[in-house]
Amino acid sequence: MSDATLHDAQPTKRSLHQIDARTKRRNAAESRFKMLGIGAIGIGIAFLVILLSTIVVNGVSAFQQSFLEVPVYLDPAKLDKKGNRDPADLKKATTFTYAPLIEKGLLEVVQTAGIETPLSKTKDMKNLISSSAAAQLRDRVLADPSLIGQTVTAKILASSRVDGYLKGRVHRAEIAQDKNITVEQLDLADALIKAGILHKSFNLDFILGSDASDSRAEQAGIGVSMLGSFYMMLVVLVLALPIGVAASIYLEEFAPKNRFTDLIEVNISNLAAVPSIVFGILGLAVFIQFAHLPQSAPLVGGLVLTLMTLPTIIISTRAALKAVPPSIRDAALGIGASKMQATFHHVLPLAMPGILTGTIIGLAQALGETAPLLLIGMVGFIATNAPDGFWDGFVSPNSAMPAQIYEWAKRADPAFYERAWGGIIILLIFLLGMNIIAIILRRKFERRW
Amino acid sequence: MAVLWIAVLLAALTLGGFFAGRMRALQTAGGDPRLLHSLPSYSGTLVAMATLLPALILYVLVVVFRADPVLQIVVTVVGALIGLALSLRLIARDFRARNAVEAGIKGLLIAAASLAILTTIGIVLSLVFNTIEFFRLYPITKFFFGTEWTPSFGGGSELGILPLLWGTLYISFIALAVAVPIGLFAAIYLSEYATRSVRGVVKPLLEVLAGIPTIVYGLFALLTVGPFLLSIFGPAGPTAAFADGGWMHAGTAVMTAGLVMGIMLIPFVSSLSDDIINAVPQSLRDGSYGLGATKSETIKQVVLPAALPGIVGAVLLAASRAIGETMIVVLGAGAAARLSMNPFEAMTTVTAKIVSQLTGDADFASPEALVAFSLGMTLFILTLGLNIFALYIVRKYREQYE
Repeated sequence: MSDATLHDAQPTKRSLHQIDARTKRRNAAESRFKMLGIGAIGIGIAFLVILLSTIVVNGVSAFQQSFLEVPVYLDPAKLDKKGNRDPADLKKATTFTYAPLIEKGLLEVVQTAGIETPLSKTKDMKNLISSSAAAQLRDRVLADPSLIGQTVTAKILASSRVDGYLKGRVHRAEIAQDKNITVEQLDLADALIKAGILHKSFNLDFILGSDASDSRAEQAGIGVSMLGSFYMMLVVLVLALPIGVAASIYLEEFAPKNRFTDLIEVNISNLAAVPSIVFGILGLAVFIQFAHLPQSAPLVGGLVLTLMTLPTIIISTRAALKAVPPSIRDAALGIGASKMQATFHHVLPLAMPGILTGTIIGLAQALGETAPLLLIGMVGFIATNAPDGFWDGFVSPNSAMPAQIYEWAKRADPAFYERAWGGIIILLIFLLGMNIIAIILRRKFERRW
Repeated sequence: MAVLWIAVLLAALTLGGFFAGRMRALQTAGGDPRLLHSLPSYSGTLVAMATLLPALILYVLVVVFRADPVLQIVVTVVGALIGLALSLRLIARDFRARNAVEAGIKGLLIAAASLAILTTIGIVLSLVFNTIEFFRLYPITKFFFGTEWTPSFGGGSELGILPLLWGTLYISFIALAVAVPIGLFAAIYLSEYATRSVRGVVKPLLEVLAGIPTIVYGLFALLTVGPFLLSIFGPAGPTAAFADGGWMHAGTAVMTAGLVMGIMLIPFVSSLSDDIINAVPQSLRDGSYGLGATKSETIKQVVLPAALPGIVGAVLLAASRAIGETMIVVLGAGAAARLSMNPFEAMTTVTAKIVSQLTGDADFASPEALVAFSLGMTLFILTLGLNIFALYIVRKYREQYE
C-alpha cells in the first residue's frame, strides 16, 4: 500500500524549526481547545463568585437595623388607671395605649431638637416607628412595673420603610403611591439622623429573634427557625447515624452474596437519586396522614430528612469500612475473636473518622434541604414562638432555616428579601462550619495503610 | 405522658435484666467466670435484649392500634417482664450466650439494612394508593393527554399533565445546555491539561457550587437572574425592538430557572465526567501520541469516543436531577401552566405543582390535592427510569476497560 506513495515522496527541504501551514493549523486547534477548557472553568468560577458576592451584597444589611433613641414618659394615668401596679391590671393596657406614648416622646424629641418640619401631630410620627415598638415597650413595663411614672430612654425599632430608606432600598422617587411613608417623613428621618436620634446598629434580634407577621419586616428574625433546624438535625443524627452504620456494617462485613442483598443494594443506590420532593410526599402520606404525627413538627421533618440522608451516610460509611485493610480483621479473627467482635472492636473504631466525616456531610446536606419540608407544613407557619422546653421543641410546630428563607422570599414586601439573603448568609456559615469540621476530621485522623 | 413512663420503666427493666443475667451466669459457675462458655456480660446483654425487644415490638403494636395510655404501659411492661423471665431461665454454665447475642445483633443489622427496602415500599405505597384514589375521581386519559392545567378547588378543574411535563423538559433542556458544555470542558481540562496544583484548587472550588442548598439558587433566580434577564429581554430592554413589547414579561421564566439550574449542575456534570475520563486507560492516549496526534486530537478522537457511553450516562443522571429539582423552579419558573416555545415565558413544572397542590389548606380527598400524588408517581418513575438506564450504561462502560 505504501509503495504507491513512496515514489511521489519529495524529500523535505525545510528545516523542522520552520512550521508549515498544517502544523500551524493543528497547533492553533490545540490552543483553541485548551482555551475552551480554561474558559469553561473560568465561567464556572465566575458563577460561583457572582453567586457568593450577590449573597453578601444583598444580605449583609439584614444584620443592621435602624433604631430611634426616644425618651418615653410612661404616664401612670394611662398605663395604670387604678394606681396599684398590679400586674393583672397592667396587662389591660394594650399596645394601643403604648403606641401614642412613644409617638408623643418622638414628637417631643423632634421639637426640642429644633427640627423644622411640617409634621406637628403625634399621629404623623406613626409611620416612622415600627408597629412592634409598642409591644416591646409593653413587655418591658410588664417585666418591671416600677418603670411607670418614669421617663425611660427606649431603643425603638424604626419602621421598615425608614429602615429601607437608610439602607438605600426605599427611594424618594418611588414612594408617591406608598401609604406607609411620605416625603415629609423622609425629610424628618434625614434630620433625625443628623441629630443622632436615628441610627443603624447591629441587630442581634435578626439572628436570635423570631419571625414576625407580614407587615413588620423590621422585627423578623431567624432565631426560632434556627431552633427548628437544630431539633431536626438532632433527630437526623440520632436516627441516621446508628441505622446507617448498622446497615453499612451488615452490607460490608456480613451480607452473603444473594438476591436479598442485591435488592438492598439496588434500593440504596436508587433512593440516593430519588428527588427530595418525593420524600416530602412520603412524609406527608406516612407520617402525617397515616401515623397522625403533628404537622409542621421538627420531629416529622427530622424523620423525612433521616430517610433522605440515609443513602448518603450508608455510601460513605461503606467506603470507610472498605478502607480498613483485611489484615486487621484477620489478626482479630486469628487470636480467637468472633466475627462480630472483630468488627465492633477493631474495624469500626478504625473506620470511625471516615464515618463521622460522611455523617457531617450528610447532615449539612439535610440542613439545606427545603422541598420536603414544604409538604409537611413547615412553610406558611409563622415561627413566632420559641418552644417551651427541650421535649416540646420536637413536636410543637416550627419552621426551619431554609423554609424560613423560602417564606420570606414569597412575601410581598421587598423588605423581607433582605432578610432572606441575610438568612442565607447564616445558613451558609453553618454549612461552611460543618464542612470545615469534616475536613479537619479527615485531615487529622486520615490513615493510609 | 405514657411515652415517658414506658421509657423510664423499660430502661429500668433493661438495666436490671443486664445485671440479673450477669449475676445468674456467675452464680451457675460458682463465681468463677473461667468455667462459663461466654463472658458474664454476654449473658447480661442477652437478658437485656430479651427484655427490651419484645417490649418495643408490643409498644409499636399498641400505638398502631391506638390503645389507651394505661393499657399501653401495662402491655409493654408485661412483655418486658416475660422476656426477662424466660431469658433468665436460659442462662446456665454451658449456655452459649455470646452466640445468641451475636445472632440478635446480626438481626438488628439486617433490620437496619432492610430500612432501605421499607422506604422504597413506603414511597411506592403512598404514591400508588393516592394515585388510584385520584384516578377514581378523574379520568386517567384526561390526566395523561390533557393539554389544560386549570385546577380550582371549587370543582370543574382541568388537570392535564402535558403542560407541566413540557415546562419540566424545557427547563431541564436549558439547564443541560448550560451545564453539559461547561461541565464537560471543565472536566476535560482538569483531567488532561491541568497541573496537580491547579486541579487541587479548581476542583474543590467548582464543587462548592454543588454544596450550596437549592433554596439559595432559588432565591438567586427570583431576585437576581430574573430581574437581570428582564432588563435585557423585557419591554424596556435593548431587544424590545425585535419583538413588540419584548419577549419577557416577568422575572420568572423558563430561561431564568433553566440558567440557574444549569449553574447548579455544572459541578455534577464535571465531577462525573472527570471520573469517567480518568478511567480511560493511559495506553490508549500513549498509542495516539505515538502516531503523532496532538493532545487535543487525542482527546477528540480517542479519549472522548472511549468515554462517550459514560458521559452519556452522566448527562442522563444530570437530567434526572434537573427533572426532580424543586426549589429553583418553585421560585424561578412561575406558576402558569403553558405550552409555549418562548423560553422567556413563565411556565411551570411537575415538581412546582406538587408543592402548590399540597401546601395550603386543601382538602386531601379532592382531586385537586390528590393529583399531586399522581404527579409524584410520574416524577418518581421518570427519574427512576433515567437513573437505572444511566447506571446501566455507566456500569457497562466501566467493565469494558477493567
